[in-house]
Order: sequence, then C-alpha cells, then structure tokens
Amino acid sequence: MPKDGGIGASSKRREDLRFLTGKGKYTDDMNIHGQAYAYFIRSDVAHGTINSIDTSAAEAMPGVEKVFTATDFEGVGGVPCGWQVTDRFGEAMQEPKHPVLAEGKVRHVGDPIAVVVADSLAEARDAAEAVEIDITELEPVLNMKDALKDGATKVHDDLTSNLCYDWGFVEENRDAVDAAIKGAHHVTTLELKNNRLVANPMEPRVAVADYDDSTQEHTLYTTSQNPHVIRLLMGAFVLGIPEHKLRVVAPDVGGGFGAKIYHYAEEAFCTFAAKAVGRPVKWTSSRSEAFMSDAHGRDHVTKIELAMDENGKFLALRTDTHANMGAYLSTFAPSIPTWLHGTLMAGNYTTPLIYVNVKAVFTNTVPVDAYRGAGRPEATFQLERVVDKAAREMGIDPVELRRRNFITEFPYATPVAVEYDTGDYHATMDKLLEMSDHAGFEARAAESKANGKLRGFGIAHYIEACGIAPSNLVGQLGARAGLYESATVRVNATGSISVMTGSHSHGQGHETSFAQVVADMIGIDEQQIDIVHGDTSKTPMGMGTYGSRSIAVGGSAMVRATEKIINKAKKIAAHLMEASEGDIELKDGAFTVAGTDKSVAWGDVTLAAYVPHNYPLEDMEPGLEETAFYDPANFTYPSGAYGCEVEVDPETGKVTVLGFSAADDFGNIINPMIVEGQVHGGLAQGIGQALVENCAYDENGQLLSGSYMDYTMPRADDLPMFNVDHSSITPCTHNPLGVKGCGEAGAIGSPPALVNAVVDALQRAGHDVTHIDMPLTPDRVWSAMNS
Amino acid sequence: MTKVTLTVNGKTVSKSVEGRTLLSSLLREDLNLTGTHIGCDTSQCGACVVHVNGEAVKSCTMFAAEADGAEVKTIEGMANADGSLSVIQAAFQEHHGLQCGFCTPGMVMSAAALLKDNPKPSEVEIRAYLEGNLCRCTGYHNIVKAIMAASGQDVPAVAAE
Repeated sequence: MPKDGGIGASSKRREDLRFLTGKGKYTDDMNIHGQAYAYFIRSDVAHGTINSIDTSAAEAMPGVEKVFTATDFEGVGGVPCGWQVTDRFGEAMQEPKHPVLAEGKVRHVGDPIAVVVADSLAEARDAAEAVEIDITELEPVLNMKDALKDGATKVHDDLTSNLCYDWGFVEENRDAVDAAIKGAHHVTTLELKNNRLVANPMEPRVAVADYDDSTQEHTLYTTSQNPHVIRLLMGAFVLGIPEHKLRVVAPDVGGGFGAKIYHYAEEAFCTFAAKAVGRPVKWTSSRSEAFMSDAHGRDHVTKIELAMDENGKFLALRTDTHANMGAYLSTFAPSIPTWLHGTLMAGNYTTPLIYVNVKAVFTNTVPVDAYRGAGRPEATFQLERVVDKAAREMGIDPVELRRRNFITEFPYATPVAVEYDTGDYHATMDKLLEMSDHAGFEARAAESKANGKLRGFGIAHYIEACGIAPSNLVGQLGARAGLYESATVRVNATGSISVMTGSHSHGQGHETSFAQVVADMIGIDEQQIDIVHGDTSKTPMGMGTYGSRSIAVGGSAMVRATEKIINKAKKIAAHLMEASEGDIELKDGAFTVAGTDKSVAWGDVTLAAYVPHNYPLEDMEPGLEETAFYDPANFTYPSGAYGCEVEVDPETGKVTVLGFSAADDFGNIINPMIVEGQVHGGLAQGIGQALVENCAYDENGQLLSGSYMDYTMPRADDLPMFNVDHSSITPCTHNPLGVKGCGEAGAIGSPPALVNAVVDALQRAGHDVTHIDMPLTPDRVWSAMNS
Repeated sequence: MTKVTLTVNGKTVSKSVEGRTLLSSLLREDLNLTGTHIGCDTSQCGACVVHVNGEAVKSCTMFAAEADGAEVKTIEGMANADGSLSVIQAAFQEHHGLQCGFCTPGMVMSAAALLKDNPKPSEVEIRAYLEGNLCRCTGYHNIVKAIMAASGQDVPAVAAE
C-alpha cells in the first residue's frame, strides 16, 4: 500500500502551486529599484591578442553609466578553481589565471572583453556596438592531441604547455596492468569519444547585485546551485569581500544539471559593478550567450582495453583519456576526469587490475566542468561499451558476460581506491530483463525485420559514486573545500517547524521530500514543516546541491539536527509529565511515558520550550532550535541495469527509441514520485547525448552549435514513455536514512545502453559495425552501415 | 513610442511601448506578469507561450504593438476563479509534470490550447504538439501523462504509478 505521508510516500509537491500559477520567483523576476543593466561584449574569435579597446564613443551614448574593461579589475582576483589535481609525477597541475574580463588575450569565443552598464538593456546593447576592439587573431588550439605536440601554439603563454596535468591512477598498478594485458587470452580494444554537451537548464543564468554603502553590504541574487560556495569563492578569492558583508541568494532556480554550480565571472562583475556605479546592476544571459559562457560538459577522447581469460573473466583494464578543460579551469573542472571518473572504472565488476591515465588539455573552447553525472557517465560509457564489444568478440551473451564478472560480496574494495558498501547487481539485472520483456525480444525483432526495420536491444549496468563527499578524503585528493552539509531545525512555539538547509532545490522538490523526513521522525503533518534554502543570510554554511548529494548528505544533516530536537523535546516532556527521560517515547506527534497512559502533545512541549514557566531551567536552556553539520563517512553507490530497445531505418539511418527500461538500486526512497521524475529526466539527457546532442566547433574555433537552431535538444517526440523501477533496494550502510541518491543515474546509464542497442541492431543485420561515436544521428548511422 | 491597449487575463491595460518591444517583454517588464518565462532567443523553447485571442502564441515572436486590441491570457490567468488549480494545472501537480518549473507556464498554456482543439489527444499527438516546448527536467514522460489525465483519459499502462 502506498503511504499517504512521511518517508516513502509520493507526497505531491508543494512548490508546484507557485510554479503552476506563474508565481515562482526566479532571479530574472527580481528587479531592484534604480537598477542598471549589464551587457557583455564577448570575443567572436577563438584566440587572439587584444591590441586596443576604445570605449569613449560608447560612454558618450545615451543612458550609459560606464563601460568596464580589464583595466577596471586591476587588483581584483581571478575566478578561482576549487580543486588542485596532482599529476602522476607528484607535481601540481598547471593552473592559469582566469580574469573576470579578458586581459591582453581572448581565449575562446564568448570570452568576455568589456561590459556596458546602462539605464536599460536596449541602451547597453546599442552602446556595445560603439565599443571599438582591435584584436589580432591567433591560431586556435582545438584538437587535444595536437595541442600536446612540441611547438604547439599555447592557450596560456605563461604555462609551459597546454597540458593541465597527466594523471595516472593507480600509478603503482601501471606495470602490473601492462603485464596482465600483454599476457591475456584476449584483449578487447575500443577507441571512442564522449561528445561535448551543453547542460542547458531552461532558465538561463542571471545575476542581480546590490550594494548598500551605508553598511558596506553586498547582496547578489544569482542562479546558483550553491549560494554559500559562491559567497566563499567570490568573497574570499575574487573581490575580497568579508562574508558577513556579502549575502548571496539563489531563489527559485530553473534547473542546474551542474552548469549552475560554478562561480562565474558575470556574478563577480555585477557585484563589483554595483558598488562601482552606485546602483544595482542586473545581467540576464541570453540563450546564445549561455552556449558560449555556461561551462560545457564531457568532451573526452578515450582508448580503453579490457583483458580477459578464456572464460571471459576480466583480468585487467587500461584506459588512456584526453579530457578537454577548455580555455580556463572552471570551479571543479580538474576533479571531473580524475576523481569522479577514474575511481569508477571498476564498474560493477571484479576486475583486479586497473590503470587509468588522463591528460587534461587546455584548448580555445568554453571551459568544461561537471554536467549531470560528471565523470561517471564518461567512465560508464567506455566501460559498458567495451564490455559489450568484448562479449561479441568472445561469443558470450552480453548479459552473461556481465554476470560472470559482477561483484557479489560487500563491502567491496575496488582497485581504484573506493569501497562499495552495498549492492545487488544480479537483482537489478534480473529486474531489467523482466521489465523489458527481454525474453520476447526475438519475436519483436522478427516483426521489425518483416517491416524492413532493424531492431536491437542494448544493456548497460552502471555504478556511480554519490553523496559527495567525505571532507578529509577529498581534501587529500586536492579539493579546496569541505563537502559536508548543514541543517538548522527551528521549532516554533506552536509546534510548526522551519528547516534551514544548506542544500538547494532547483527542480528536485526538496521543499516536499525534506519535509517528509522531518514529519516522519516527529510524527506530525508535513504541512507543519517548511524548508528554507538558497539564502546565505538564512541558512547555515552549506555546500549546495550537485553530485546527487542532497538527500544523502543534506538529508542526513537534517536527520541529525532533528534527532537533537527530539532528544531535547523528550527531556522537556519528561519534566512536564514528571517522568524519567528514559521512559519517554515519541510517536505520532505525542510524547508518552512507557507503560502508562500519560501523554503530552508535540505542541505542548514546543510551547513549554518557549514559554518556560514549568521548565527545568536549571538544567536546560529554553528554546528548541538545533543545527547539525553532517560529513559523510563514504560516498554512496547507486547502481542499476538499463535496457534500450531501438529500431533503425536502414534506408535513412534514423534511430527510433522504442522503449527504455531502468532498474535502479537507490537504497531507501523518500518520495517515489520524485525519484521516478529524476530518473526520467536523467534518461532524457542521456538519450539526448547518445542520439541528438552535440556541441561542435569548426576548425577556426567558432561555436557551430551556438543556439537552439543548431544544438539539438531532445523534444517530446524524440523520446518514449520510460519504464522505471526502484524496487531493488540495498540500503546505504553509512548514512542514517539508508539513501544513495538518484539525480544523475539516468544520465549515466543510458548512453551506453542506447549505443549498444544500435550496434546490436546493425550487427544482427550483418553489418560489421562495432562502434559509432555519439550522437547517433541518421547521417552517422547510415554512414557506418554503408562504409 | 506606441500606445497599446489590450486585455490581459480579463483586465484592460494600456501601455506606451517602443516599436521593438516584444509581447513577452511587455508582459514581464511592464505588467509584472513574470510567470511568462524567456528561455531562449530563437523562439524555440516555448517557455513564453501565452494565448492571444484564444490561440497559443510564443510571446517572444510577437511585438507588443501587434497585440493592440487583443485578448491575452497568461499563466497567471489560468487558475479557477476561486484561485484553485484548473484541471490542467492540477493534473500537472498530480502526475509530477514539472520539476524546476521554468518551462511549466509554457507547457500549461500549450496543453490548454491542444486540449481546446483536440479534447482527447493520443500520446503521439501530444508529443507532436509539444514539439515547440522544451523541458530539460522531466523527459516529458510525466508531462504527457498529465495532459492525458487532464483530458480524462487513462494514462498509458507503461506509465503506471
């Protein structure tokens, strides 16, 4: 029976009421009296030397407050990077300066050069036309392998080369892996690309900054997944504003998917400019601007080799990846191809020897950082593709080959430094085969064949690391931040509760699901609980939402704070009922004395806390408000089996996704409806990557896919109804809710399943096609069939 | 500047606008109806869909001056008279047809226009009709379900709760 409230209930989302009636408050809906508008003038070339910038004509135009260039930012820090990777020789990565506005050189199309601030956006745009910028174009650095050749043009003149780092993991295993591959019965090799993507949350980025010179207080409203992180990075490293004088607010945010984690130059600019011009400054990104200024995702080129014995047992795995950093290091960019990618290369398998090499490369392209999944989709794609290819080469069914190598005993320490706490990969595989009617596939394939179509079925099994992350561990790995989460539970006198969380909801429904957890623990109605998030002046220092961490880390902080509340409330109840604290039980919102009919209601206890007339004041402070910071002991490890069924039109190469099934193990579930919605969205983005999406540059470094005219977003008629299941549950063993996180799984497991399905369809029809790079457009599929 | 007079959500309003002012800007900036969202600059995302004289229109494709004399309905005008959610809005909540909420106003306005012309659309017809509305959160699955439910149909078996 579905529950009607608390943990496990599909409670309807309370936030929907404002979103469905047009009353959401997104950053672009904020207007501050007297505000000016910023318009960014961006580089239209990939690489060039700035010879001169003449702003005089523009500054004389109507409504113009000021035109800013890099000279206005002398003495201001660059946009910082939050993670320092150490290379395989023990050296720190190369880390270039990332100025707020371009200094001397432009390094990608979209690099901001100057900003006009004017009374209206129209006036700012008009004046931007009058800014004269003289640039000498330089040869663009685009191909990662060419960029590492001796004598290659450098993106940053002050670095020794275009190599950010050469990372080896685990370096001590390198020789053993090489030896195992050399001596193996069979080695399957695959070279592939993980295509560059643009996250494209539907709400473009916006920043509105205000400054009060009487208090020296700055306020920044921004489209962020983590306002405290922005406050820390911008305050401490860019503008030198002490945190108590800087408030960052991320109100309703229209999707993030990673792209709104990072601290961006536009935020620092507006905050700086609001003080400089003495009035609020607003910037709203256009979609075209978003394509050339939001951090991109993926963009790996990989060679992967899998060594097996004669029974298909995996012996060793070796990968060689080039990862594109773009022109500058975005906030978490260096960690994505390393710690969020290399550590997942064991997948669900017992492969004993693994070596991952990653060369991160600077190019004249938009910076690349985490996008839904962040390193884990790249790991899963190459692994699940090579396993599928290996199955075909070994003549073993792809399901069977996976099963032969599944990890079955937990906890399991992988050779890539992580320890999976729980999982049951056979269970998710079984579930997938059942829900996708795998047994009936051959009959459906015959039907397609009779209709002149090629049907294929592809499987992928994924592992991911969520609940990011133990602070002491990530500190050792180069993170320049802790990755705990916080919550303050404030119980009001009449028993209602405000929970201030450091997590941030930008579509995930925290206002509903977080309230379910607290309601369940106390036994009161969810409607008595409000979740407050997204404002550094209201919430305790929190690290925000990404890496499927909110319920696993933020939820755990909230549980810890609520436990403190309950402990204190029990003491108050014991006093009120003149009973021993140890005998007090809390159930359904009432405190009882075990073995008696004595009872006191939740609201009576909370009132006593704030009207402490009959209260043990000598032992306890009045009030009922507690804060907890939760630092996880480990990552969480969701896993799942995904199956994709496609039909290929042999005449055109068009791929139609007929069905997609996802059997996930997310541990315990708070709100099944929300979890399913998260999987649907992830699947759409993963299918989008595999089928239609591609961020492309031409040979001059021009962004070809710079708008929705050229970058294909998955539309309703590109996708099927999804078949999702989360009934395979192995609870996480190290957090209080037993939860693992579900936000990214769909985007991680789906691309290899889809590509495996298309390769299956083509091979069944006799085509010798072992791989096609994503996206599988009709052109690429047809060309592969006819080459 | 041109003076435009139009009816928005049943209320007559007059504003002076520049020739280049888009209907979407008039609604958001001049009338403070910020439920209509701007998600792109090439008229593809559909977050700004409103009804003009009963037809679904991307309000970024129309100059404010062109709406002179028109009857415009926005997401703010979609709830029932007593403030409760309309059938379509309620179905979006019931079936979790929204996550971040940014595309939602356009989706609801498009869905209402679809159901006016085609009261019992098939799944294929719904997906085809939504070609001009992008959503990045839901994968469209629950939006399709919500629209089918709003039209009084059973949602597809594969989409069972």
